[in-house]
Amino acid sequence: MADISQQLQEQVLQARAGGEKLNIVGGNTKAFIGREPSAEAGTLNVGEHTGIVDYHPVELVMTVRAGTPLADIEAVLAEQGQALHFEPPHFGPESTIGGTLACNLSGPARPWTGSVRDQVLGIRLINGKGEHLRFGGEVMKNVAGYDVSRLQAGALGTLGLITEISLKVMPSPAASMTLVQEMGIDEVLHYMNSRSAEPKPITAACWVDGKVYLRLSGAKTAVEATAEKWSGEVVEAGADFWRSVQDMQHDFFTRSDEALWRFSVNSTAVNPAIEGDWFIDWAGSQRWFRGASQLSDMEPLARAAGGQVSLFRGGDRSGEVMHGQPDALKAIQQRVKNSFDPDGIFNPGRLYSWL
Amino acid sequence: MTTKPTISKAELAEKLRGFVDANFVITDDETMKPYECDGMSMYCEMPLLVVLPETVTQVQRIMRICHQHGVPVVARGAGTGLSAGAMPNKEGVVLSLAKFNRILNIDPLARTASLQPGVRNLAISEEAAQYGLYYGPDPSSQIACTIGGNVAENSGGVHCLKYGLTVHNLLSVEIVTAEGDVVTVGSDGLDSCGMDLLALLTGSEGLLGVVTEVKVKLLPKPEVAQVVMAGFDSVQMAGDAVGGIISHGIIPGGLEMMDGYAIVAADDFAGAGYPREAKALLLCEVDGTEEEVHEHIAEAEEVFRKLGATSVRTSQSEEERALLWLGRKSAFPAVGRISPDYYCMDGTIPRRHIAYVLSEMDKMSEVFGLRVANVFHAGDGNLHPLILFDANVPGEFERTEAFGAAILKMCVDVGGCITGEHGVGVEKIRQMAIQFNDEELQQFHDVKAAFDPTGILNPGKAVPALKFCQEYRSLEYKQHKHEHTEAAQHG
Repeated sequence: MADISQQLQEQVLQARAGGEKLNIVGGNTKAFIGREPSAEAGTLNVGEHTGIVDYHPVELVMTVRAGTPLADIEAVLAEQGQALHFEPPHFGPESTIGGTLACNLSGPARPWTGSVRDQVLGIRLINGKGEHLRFGGEVMKNVAGYDVSRLQAGALGTLGLITEISLKVMPSPAASMTLVQEMGIDEVLHYMNSRSAEPKPITAACWVDGKVYLRLSGAKTAVEATAEKWSGEVVEAGADFWRSVQDMQHDFFTRSDEALWRFSVNSTAVNPAIEGDWFIDWAGSQRWFRGASQLSDMEPLARAAGGQVSLFRGGDRSGEVMHGQPDALKAIQQRVKNSFDPDGIFNPGRLYSWL
Repeated sequence: MTTKPTISKAELAEKLRGFVDANFVITDDETMKPYECDGMSMYCEMPLLVVLPETVTQVQRIMRICHQHGVPVVARGAGTGLSAGAMPNKEGVVLSLAKFNRILNIDPLARTASLQPGVRNLAISEEAAQYGLYYGPDPSSQIACTIGGNVAENSGGVHCLKYGLTVHNLLSVEIVTAEGDVVTVGSDGLDSCGMDLLALLTGSEGLLGVVTEVKVKLLPKPEVAQVVMAGFDSVQMAGDAVGGIISHGIIPGGLEMMDGYAIVAADDFAGAGYPREAKALLLCEVDGTEEEVHEHIAEAEEVFRKLGATSVRTSQSEEERALLWLGRKSAFPAVGRISPDYYCMDGTIPRRHIAYVLSEMDKMSEVFGLRVANVFHAGDGNLHPLILFDANVPGEFERTEAFGAAILKMCVDVGGCITGEHGVGVEKIRQMAIQFNDEELQQFHDVKAAFDPTGILNPGKAVPALKFCQEYRSLEYKQHKHEHTEAAQHG
């Protein structure tokens, strides 16, 4: 529980004065994400900047320092019957909220309850000029100024150091139930999307190893009544199953060392015609593929499915790992980067080689 | 930022008529008159000219010409905005997207709708209804306001606590940049690679690009919705009851509060059967499956009774639900009937401060000599004080503005913000200096420059020039001291 923001700010100012670069590190559990960290850059460690700054359960808002471990946040929320509804993956006990936002990582409930980006209300950020700035706030509706807070989601720390985050939190559902049944990959996309179009309390839908899993959460009566109407066997250890999906500890993610690709696509798109191991999550919106390939070969497949692809884990991380940007957007992002970090101090080349 | 345009009105009109139907390049004052303001009609300006393109290519060509000649461009949807965000620039073009009014596609299985920016908000849900779907955000202007404007303002509505704002319900937007490029931001997937430009564009008030296509998410229409109405003897008790509902783990579809003034005005107007003697009224709507609504409605009634509600009534039919909402939805026109003019504010506060904020507002009401009625999106803390005034009384609007500014300052002081959903526009531009310091405002200007290097898109809106902020802050300080002295004298 320490506020080391001043120290962090000084370190940024020093780096700026000395023409140095900085790799941002929190719990260091997500070093595998993005391109290889720059070898020349020093380390800016936000992992000691921890603690809950403000939490009023009735407001459904928590403000927390960026280095705070997810586990600590969730423990405090659980005491009040609340939770982070975006179900952030824990890649270890040290995984922090700051890294979760920078990488925009959300778990199985994301299509129904929103992503970490959706739940962010405000941030404090040290930009490349060493200014400690505040954007957004602690209220759910706030349209004053550009949404710089959500801009950080997926920027992999390239715009500055996030030091503090205000998040919307929600009550934990009273009841949950998971249903499973066997289904082929050809049928399952239609099935998961049809179920999602029903006004029922569905909060997760994935397909792996020839089986489709649906989770219902909410009022007990509603969950039970829906489970009775829908087909599928009740999974006794449903919570454990979803935990393994959330933390990417499910057998699919651990049984091979092959490169892991993430497709973020139209939920109804026909699955790309490449042979390999697939895990379909988010009712079809997020699809994981394991296998050796090139980004340039994967991008057309993702585009055909209405979305994008990235090399999430493993493979060659010296080249680009994120879906390419059209020239006009590339130019805008370079200028946005420059507006926050004119000397290119933060996480050089981590998101794209040109950023 | 902007310099004088390097082209005359006649030359510009001639160029635009080269590729836009000449009838829709408007240059005469009479035809341009309706464009002089948006829903915030106290702020008016006549533009240089108005153009209504029909294709994205035309929009691109307009932007290229304006960019080349340094002509300001103010994009406009239905003109229902409440912060003068679409007020014209006198040296610039009003770019109306009114002709882009087609629903391009609804995909019932993927639950998405592709829209031109001029499609009305309500038209999306009307069209999607045949598939059992609807579009979540429902600003009170939804019958008229357009989705392009909703993106520009990040519009909300009464269901934000549960269903989010516009930013939560978008998949992608196509924009034409200040330089005339067409880019799509976002995709059919839920997350995209790179920094989240979609979030940045949403709510950017037309300063970063012109929206030419929007893809939104649709939601399954809930099986049932029921509303519980509860009257209370004090705002404090109603505020506690809101907390009680949330603490109980219920997330209502809508949760609205009205104060005594608003209750009577709305009841007179709509005949909704509100408890007229109550000092505060809550409308709590629960939606979902039949079982869930049944369970939560019973719990909500119990919470309200336990926390001192003087009356509790639950809608037993769709008609009754509509009637109870009618009062709330017509609160603005209802208040309009009891006063020649009203000025709607839009601050957001942490809910726990509602009683304090409303009682302070009562005190200010006496100091400024102006009545104020309050409707409040209690679920998400968004406050809509309606200051009643008469524009024909000299000086009264100026007093109203000062009262409004004091309210917004109080919202920031208790940890809230100056605008929850109406935007900054021209109207609240001075108050930006209360919520943000110069470094933060400069960062906004730098972000703007990344999209619009020459500053032609909606100049002078949303983010104040820094030199004005210094002046405003010192003025505020003086005024604040003055008010305190006055209040002390009254006391």
